Amino acid sequence: MSVLEIKNLHVNVDTDQGTREILRGVDLVINEGEIHAIMGPNGSGKSTLAYTIAGHPKYHVVQGEILLDGENVLEMTVDERARAGLFLAMQYPVEIPGVTVTNFLRTAKTAIDGEAPSVRHWVKDVRESMSNLKMDSAFAERNVNEGFSGGEKKRNEILQLELLKPRFAVLDETDSGLDVDALRIVSEGVNRAKANTGLGIMLITHYTRILRYITPDFVHVFVAGRIAEQGGRELADRLEEEGYDRYQVAEPAVVEAAAE
Amino acid sequence: MTSTAMPTAEQHGFRPHSDGAFVPVQTRSERFRSVNVEDFAPVTGREHEWKLSPVAAFADLTGGELDGSRLEIETTDAAGVDVSWIARDDARIGRAGIPEERAAANAWSSFGEALLVSVSGEDEKVVAVTRHDLGVAPRAAHTVIEAAPNSRGLVVLRGTGDARLSENVEIVVGEGASLTVVSLQEWSDDAVHLASHFARLGRDSFLKHIVVSLGGNVVRVNPSTHLAEQGSDVEALGLYFADAGQHLEQQVFVHHDAPHTRSRVTYKGALQGAGARSVWVGDVLIGNSATGTDSYEQNRNLVLTDGTRADSVPNLEIETGDIEGAGHASATGRFDDEQLFYLMARGIREDEARRLVVRGFLGEIVQKIGSPELEARLSAAVEAELEGR
Repeated sequence: MSVLEIKNLHVNVDTDQGTREILRGVDLVINEGEIHAIMGPNGSGKSTLAYTIAGHPKYHVVQGEILLDGENVLEMTVDERARAGLFLAMQYPVEIPGVTVTNFLRTAKTAIDGEAPSVRHWVKDVRESMSNLKMDSAFAERNVNEGFSGGEKKRNEILQLELLKPRFAVLDETDSGLDVDALRIVSEGVNRAKANTGLGIMLITHYTRILRYITPDFVHVFVAGRIAEQGGRELADRLEEEGYDRYQVAEPAVVEAAAE
Repeated sequence: MTSTAMPTAEQHGFRPHSDGAFVPVQTRSERFRSVNVEDFAPVTGREHEWKLSPVAAFADLTGGELDGSRLEIETTDAAGVDVSWIARDDARIGRAGIPEERAAANAWSSFGEALLVSVSGEDEKVVAVTRHDLGVAPRAAHTVIEAAPNSRGLVVLRGTGDARLSENVEIVVGEGASLTVVSLQEWSDDAVHLASHFARLGRDSFLKHIVVSLGGNVVRVNPSTHLAEQGSDVEALGLYFADAGQHLEQQVFVHHDAPHTRSRVTYKGALQGAGARSVWVGDVLIGNSATGTDSYEQNRNLVLTDGTRADSVPNLEIETGDIEGAGHASATGRFDDEQLFYLMARGIREDEARRLVVRGFLGEIVQKIGSPELEARLSAAVEAELEGR
């Protein structure tokens, strides 16, 4: 059984104003098949955690470990992490002009699997996943994220999640900016991916709304760069009623450091 | 009370300096023009049209004697396209425009016969004219491409092998015609190629003009488009990939000279290796009569290594306020690290991710050519550039 372990993680980020400490000792264990919701106010460091796991060069780990089945993730390059089975659904997916979705998906799948997918099955898989996510087939020939609406970009992220079949996925505010229909479609995609591959999921969100569609096994409240409280589903319900106010701490708030 | 006089040139400061220096031309369409090389002073490299070019590398083409005999060409056959040679005094020569600088005038003064490519008929068709191994002696050429009213077609002018060539290409697009002209420079490493293209567009006609420069030591292709009649429309595209020591230049001019004309200019280039150099000058003039003009020009450069230089100079001159829109943009930059991160986060190795980004960046132009066969060939050529071949 696969396990993703985060131990005493401290992360700094370089800003124009100098180096800032964002994560201040995060401990978290995610087993295959588990869904962990990470909830917290803006600026608590949720996105920093996501990008650090994926290996974005802007974030510097100063202490702690990330282990995937005992392997040191921090020693891996960004692409090695993805090939080892980690996936980040981005909050702000970037546009890649001139690269079609079809070409991009095939290139990524070939890189992850170490060999090109069989044409017949691949075309069928892509078509089926796109249709499940209510994506028009014309999407395949559009350039990656170019001119996509916010909802289309998020669907495109979940499309990749379904096709690349990672062992662990970090979903960074996948719910933000989605209307209720898109939220339902995207959530169904995540549930389908879990049913098909049994992956472990770290679901980062500011709102409890998405938890109506994706049921977490664990809820962690993230405040000022560390986990302030954890519990089961019921913790999310309590947050919905009470908000994050009772976690307010004396330390100055850190800036939300999303990689944009 | 004094009467209000019309403004004089002097009021705007357009007068000779007290030391007697000349007044530069103020409007793009009013530059000096002549078909006679003797009307231009010898090139020093300080002239505005030459100041970004390595003039010493081709003094033979601007100042020397040129061989004006027929070029060796290979053409493909297509129904509705006639390719023939015509005499230099033929009335079909000189309709689209005449030279604004000495290399073009030298070519015009020197060519013997002109190559005429006539496109007629409403079916889509493709014709390729390849000039291969033109030798190392300086030569002159003249080409006229004409599209009959309401005709459609795609003409490829391709250069490979050796060359020291100065040439003029006239493009005459008849009323309602839709023509694509691709100038494809795949010369060998030592080649020098200076070209001026002059296009004149008739009423409601459309020209897609594409300059692709990949090979050659110095390649300078300057297309001017005269949107002379109502409703004419030009899409001017360019793609270049400058390697170490290569100078690839294009000075693009679009003259909106009639109501409801439209232009889109998009040039994209990549630079790789020490001394790789690109020059893009984009001039758009919206004349007084060009009401309802819709115009946008842009240049993008992707710098892949240290030691390269990209000059990018967009100029916009507007003489009427009654237009739809006019914009210009230029950006020269290194790789977007966020694009690289996104691709690598999907398991794609760094070198492959970089190739994918460059291929995509230039592919945006390739995708617009409109000929699957040519697009595939150009994609392969870009691929070869990326692998340093």
